Amino acid sequence: MKKRFSSHLVGCPYYVWAAIFIVVPVLMVLYYSLTDANGAFTLDNLKNLVGFSDTLVLSIWLGAIATVICLIISYPMAYILSRSGANTQRTLLLLVMLPMWINLLLRTYSWMTILEDTGLINTLLGKLGIGPIHMINTSGAVVLGMVYNFMPYMIMPLYSIMTKIDKTTIEAAQDLGASGLQVLGKVIFPLSVPGIASGITMVFVPSVSTFYISQKLGGTGYTLIGDVIDNQFTNNARNMGATLSLVLMVLILLCMAVMNQFTAEDDEGAILV
Amino acid sequence: MTEKNIIDLKNIVVEYDGEQVLKGIDLSIKDGEFVTLLGPSGCGKTTTLRIVGGFVEPDSGDVFFDGKRINGLQPYKRQVSTIFQRYALFPHLNVYENIAFGLRVNKVPEKELQQRVRDAVELVGLRGFEKRKIDTLSGGQQQRVAIARSIVTRPKVLLLDEPLAALDLKLRKDMQVELKSIQQSLGITFLFVTHDQEEALSMSDTVVVMDKGVIQQIGTPQDIYNEPVNAFVADFIGESNIVDGVMLKDNLVRFAGQSIACVDKGFGKNEPVDVVIRPEDIDVVRPDESPLHGLVDSVTFKGVHYEAIVDVDGFKWMIQTTDVVRAGEEIGILLNPDDIHVMKKSEYSGKFGDYSTFSEEMDLLSDPNYQEDAEESVAAEAEE
Ligand SMILES: Nc1ncnc2c1ncn2[C@@H]1O[C@H](COP(=O)(O)OP(=O)(O)OP(=O)(O)O)[C@@H](O)[C@H]1O
Ligand SMILES: [Mg+2]
Repeated sequence: MKKRFSSHLVGCPYYVWAAIFIVVPVLMVLYYSLTDANGAFTLDNLKNLVGFSDTLVLSIWLGAIATVICLIISYPMAYILSRSGANTQRTLLLLVMLPMWINLLLRTYSWMTILEDTGLINTLLGKLGIGPIHMINTSGAVVLGMVYNFMPYMIMPLYSIMTKIDKTTIEAAQDLGASGLQVLGKVIFPLSVPGIASGITMVFVPSVSTFYISQKLGGTGYTLIGDVIDNQFTNNARNMGATLSLVLMVLILLCMAVMNQFTAEDDEGAILV
Repeated sequence: MTEKNIIDLKNIVVEYDGEQVLKGIDLSIKDGEFVTLLGPSGCGKTTTLRIVGGFVEPDSGDVFFDGKRINGLQPYKRQVSTIFQRYALFPHLNVYENIAFGLRVNKVPEKELQQRVRDAVELVGLRGFEKRKIDTLSGGQQQRVAIARSIVTRPKVLLLDEPLAALDLKLRKDMQVELKSIQQSLGITFLFVTHDQEEALSMSDTVVVMDKGVIQQIGTPQDIYNEPVNAFVADFIGESNIVDGVMLKDNLVRFAGQSIACVDKGFGKNEPVDVVIRPEDIDVVRPDESPLHGLVDSVTFKGVHYEAIVDVDGFKWMIQTTDVVRAGEEIGILLNPDDIHVMKKSEYSGKFGDYSTFSEEMDLLSDPNYQEDAEESVAAEAEE
């Protein structure tokens, strides 16, 4: 009993912090989304959501594509990483983490200069007599930006869960007659599901809600939900912005709830919580 | 057991970082035999097992299975199965699916699969546990799952790497009996690793004693115990007094200042030798009944017998006897010719089989006042 009380006490600053920076803002979002500019109660904001459904669908669609691409690239990479020698692991991990230490804006700007019609790639192609190929301001460029920026968040949880798979478990599977592919399908994959779930959440959530990447790499053609929210707030349409944020929040919570089904069993994989 | 060899290791050498951990292992295992690798930690037992399982490739030497060379053959293509020291069960599958794993990857038809899994579950006594998750099982139950998972695939050879090391003594004894009976009822070859000599002696048809990547001796448990080839084997298997001696001629050896009849022959004239006398083979008699004398240093009561450390000609012997002996007493020591075992000198000579340090340690450890005295004197000093 005593111990419980003291552990509550230790947690106190965090509860206060959580209240100020999480609970209060959420309540404020809720308040603004249910009121009009004069502070009177209204459901108009919710009704107006219909006009944004295309943007929402596009955001989910591009976010989903980026997540799937990240998973496809990261899974083998994380596997190779987890099976290589200690020194190789350290070097490769550093290379994976390195871009994360550079500001997101800078990284996105660099991609602009690479992809532009007069950019790095097209200049090179031009020297070879090919092109130019139009790349900037396409949905592909937006997805590329998402994949590039959020890939480490997929690799890390996958890598971390794969290093936890006991080597003798894999040997046991081989020993019982499982070929390389069978070991992958029947042992490594099922055991890495919690890592996959974490990775999906950690890539999908920021991809869906991004606004900078789509503005810089998608131009005006690919306005995502994040851009719209950004717009609403900068144009003083606070209440509609709050409503859109609320929708995004619900979407993200839903996604996390689904993914936590896979991580809940094995708390080691639940890196995001 | 048949006369056909199922596994032959020929001059196997394994190096890690320039260090040879197996230095030319030659070992033949007969179909249906229960062979135990016995040796101290780090002697290369697991490595030898992994050579057979296909998880380690020898730097030189050949591995034969049923007469065919199988170097380089992938583990999943070998008709051997391993029971790993930490079981290595699949945490994401229940008991039934763990056992069924080997059959599923080999595409055994569902009907046959069910029957075989049921039989295996029955054999290891796990009926009713099929739906349980692995992490809800006790160590002994997990062990049984590991055994069932291996034997259900009907391997020709089962490799067991210290399978009982993690179990408590009682369970361990039960599982020893159970494993042995499984081996006999299925008639498959067992290659078993342990560093428990009692386990090795009681379960095996053949014991292989290893040290530092070299096989010291291969033989039946009786051979290994009664006719150890060198001081290492003699000391590793049971308790032994190992004393310096000189072989005067066939059937006569001189040690502890006496010439004593023995049954060993074939040594050079006056060849220096190691003489092994097992503590339980020594008869304690009155001093005037034998030319060989000793002064009792200490006695420990062991239940069935007394264990005495006795100074014989400046060398400490261990003697186990049911006669009452007292510290400080002069006793006569009587040895029958077949109680004496003579061995050639080896690199291990002089390193084992002397109980002088043993007796001191035992004195200190078995004296309950020893620790307390030390603490008291410290406490007394602190008070002053
Ligand atoms: N992968 C490896 N890399 C480097 N050295 C190794 C490797 N595997 C084993 N060794 C070394 O080889 C030697 C023999 O190891 P092995 O595991 O065969 O011993 P063991 O007889 O099974 O010992 P134990 O009873 O402790 O299990 C040891 O010195 C060990 O450190
Ligand atoms: Mg070992």
